[in-house]
Amino acid sequence: MSDTILYAKGMTKSFGGLTALSNLDFQIPRGKISSIIGPNGAGKTTFFNCITGFYKITQGEIIFNGKPIHQKDPDQITRSGIARTFQNIRLFNNMTALENVMVGQESHLKTSWMGAILGTPATRKETKDSEDRAKELLQFVGLKGKGDMLAKNLSYGEQRRLEIARALASKPELILLDEPTAGMNPSETANATEFIEKLCTELKTTVVLIEHDMRVVMGISEYITVLDYGKKIAEGEPKDIQGNPVVIEAYLGKGAAANANIKLGDH
Amino acid sequence: MDTQGQQNLWSYATRVGAVAGIALLYVGAVGMLAVFNARELVRDLIGLGQVLLVTPAFVAGLMIAQKAKSANKQGAWASVPASMWAGFLTALPSLLVLLLGQVIDYRSVFVSLNKDWTEVITLNQDNLFLGSSFLVLTLIIVAVLATLLSYLPMRLRQALTFGTMITLMIALFGETVTLILKENLSRDVMDMLFRRNTIKQLPFFILWVVAIGIGLIRAFYGERIRQNYLGLSPSTQKAGVRVWQSLIVAFLIALPWLIGRTLSDILVTVGIFILMGLGLNIAIGLAGLLDLGFVTNYAVGAYVLALLTTTSAMNVGGGAFNFWMVIPLAILLAMFTGFVFALPVLKMRGDYLAIATLGFGEIIGKLAISDWLKPYIGGAQGILFIPKPNFFGIELKNPEQLYYVVLGACILTVFVSIRLNNSRIGRQWMAIREDEDVAAAMGIDTARSKLLAFTLSAATGGLAGAIFAAKVGTVFPKSFVVLISINVLSLIIVGGMGSNLGIIIGALALIGLPELLREFSEFRWLLYGALLIFMMLRKPDGFVPSKIKQRETQNEGQVTQ
Repeated sequence: MSDTILYAKGMTKSFGGLTALSNLDFQIPRGKISSIIGPNGAGKTTFFNCITGFYKITQGEIIFNGKPIHQKDPDQITRSGIARTFQNIRLFNNMTALENVMVGQESHLKTSWMGAILGTPATRKETKDSEDRAKELLQFVGLKGKGDMLAKNLSYGEQRRLEIARALASKPELILLDEPTAGMNPSETANATEFIEKLCTELKTTVVLIEHDMRVVMGISEYITVLDYGKKIAEGEPKDIQGNPVVIEAYLGKGAAANANIKLGDH
Repeated sequence: MDTQGQQNLWSYATRVGAVAGIALLYVGAVGMLAVFNARELVRDLIGLGQVLLVTPAFVAGLMIAQKAKSANKQGAWASVPASMWAGFLTALPSLLVLLLGQVIDYRSVFVSLNKDWTEVITLNQDNLFLGSSFLVLTLIIVAVLATLLSYLPMRLRQALTFGTMITLMIALFGETVTLILKENLSRDVMDMLFRRNTIKQLPFFILWVVAIGIGLIRAFYGERIRQNYLGLSPSTQKAGVRVWQSLIVAFLIALPWLIGRTLSDILVTVGIFILMGLGLNIAIGLAGLLDLGFVTNYAVGAYVLALLTTTSAMNVGGGAFNFWMVIPLAILLAMFTGFVFALPVLKMRGDYLAIATLGFGEIIGKLAISDWLKPYIGGAQGILFIPKPNFFGIELKNPEQLYYVVLGACILTVFVSIRLNNSRIGRQWMAIREDEDVAAAMGIDTARSKLLAFTLSAATGGLAGAIFAAKVGTVFPKSFVVLISINVLSLIIVGGMGSNLGIIIGALALIGLPELLREFSEFRWLLYGALLIFMMLRKPDGFVPSKIKQRETQNEGQVTQ
């Protein structure tokens, strides 16, 4: 097992004339929490979409656990061990919380349509196991007893957590969280931060965050990559990034960068 | 505020009355009034045409009462003048056209506004003035009655509505009812009740009183009975459900012998459409794939059965095959075509998918009639002499017997779609319907899952086609037109997408009713259209909404508030 779970070389994604990601090299250390930050439109979500196969990259390669994945489809990538959540929550709204998590387990289910029609013992056992595991996951994210509620009827914070439970259901080695604390108040954010750390420590999952809240980013990440206009402008540990003038310039503009005392994350 | 409410009510009454008036003129102009008038509901008393004549005014009266109740809390009498006005307006357009007819001859254009129409409109009065006054007066009275009816105490109103509807239904389906009763009652009793398929006056009124009586019992004691039932222990309740289930099964088994040959024949046709509805529902209702080329599978099933079992020279099986051997083959081949036709459209979504599949349906129709395939499948001449299925030496040649084949196929399909829907496969389809991209991100092979839906849906279509071919005994290309797909889609929409019970009701309503009511079948497409528009506006989830549709509409009200 190498220390890097996923790396990319020369990763480029262009939409017609617009280059959203250009010639990106990066790595994600195994078993740690990494963050990707950058101003709006820097290409962070595009980056996630490329890793998970929603977009096919124009050039370069993405290697996950030693195997190239950039030509695979989203479902194959999920089955190889990468799960994600979405910036704007995308649950299956008219399905119950439990059903959402059960769909999340798809990559491990084997029941065929014949088995489903005949109701074979294997099918029944698998359904039962998958239900039990879904309930465990709901409990893990703090949604115990809400399994029968429709996803759309859950509160905002609960929906965020359900999305994580659904992503965890595929037993991923790497989980990509797209702005997990967006729209949360400070106490909810604190809870979410603690929860993300729990993912890493208890479930031994590698976590990658896209996050705008610098207190969250600086507080829990061990490694940070900074994007701007589709290019990597900095990477390293939080303390290196905080004082990096190039990063401050990208966020606040040239004038501010000259004003040397500003540090990101100091509020 | 009150005067404001009154003004609103009057303008509402004007609108409703105008619409009702145009509707009345319209049903006259398309000839419905005259055709319906030829049919008596109650011997020498009420004609179907008269019922149709007063219906717009009646509905207008009901709507005004509803509006008046919601707008202000005034009593019944306050809305009577508005109803009178609406009743008058309902009569007005037809009246004007009638009078205009005295001056200009428009019959060369509006052929249906003829003597028969005049007769209905003037309530059989020869004198024009008297007739016109009668029309206006009748419609005003009907509108007012409808309004007053709405102000009756709720339970009384329920009982009256229930009783009247039941009685009118029995009168309306006089022919069907006599067909059923003839099987089970002696001739003398029949003669007392009916004369040439029309119920006599005395039985009608007795029936009416009895039905209202039942309605009263239902209205006053129904809730208590329900409460008592809910108060029973779960095991007793379960036993009750068992009794119901066995009664239903017994009823389904006995059905063809209770209703006789003619109705059994209709029932088999309806059953074939139920089967197709259940099949198409797998694609549309469960997986959300709007497939308009469903007729393709139906045609494949029918042609496979025809070619392999026909006793004519077209036979390609050398007479080695019988119905039961060919059924699996027909299903397999339909699945194969379903699979092949699904391949190119897998990437398509929504409207594009609908258009592409519509094209496939059309292609099959054209292929069936083409000269190119004529040597093999008979072209426009079709395939004749398809033998009936043979069940352990008994030839299932009567509709009463074929009914069981259809029943078995329907039960099998319902079972399969329930099992699939409650399994992992069903959840995959649900997820794809909700958000295809996210479904893929969950590890679902969406292409595979959609292919499965298309293929299984095609299997049912093939089965329905094969049974159809055996029932009719011949196969012609004209039986496999796009209209079949549209029909099946309509019955799913009317019944309730994704709901098995809804599909059965939809098929009974859309396929069964026009067969039972000749008067209606002439205006089948008109009524189809009206019904579909009504459903889309008022009950977009169908008569029996599926659980998932109920979920979709759940709490929608709260969101908008």
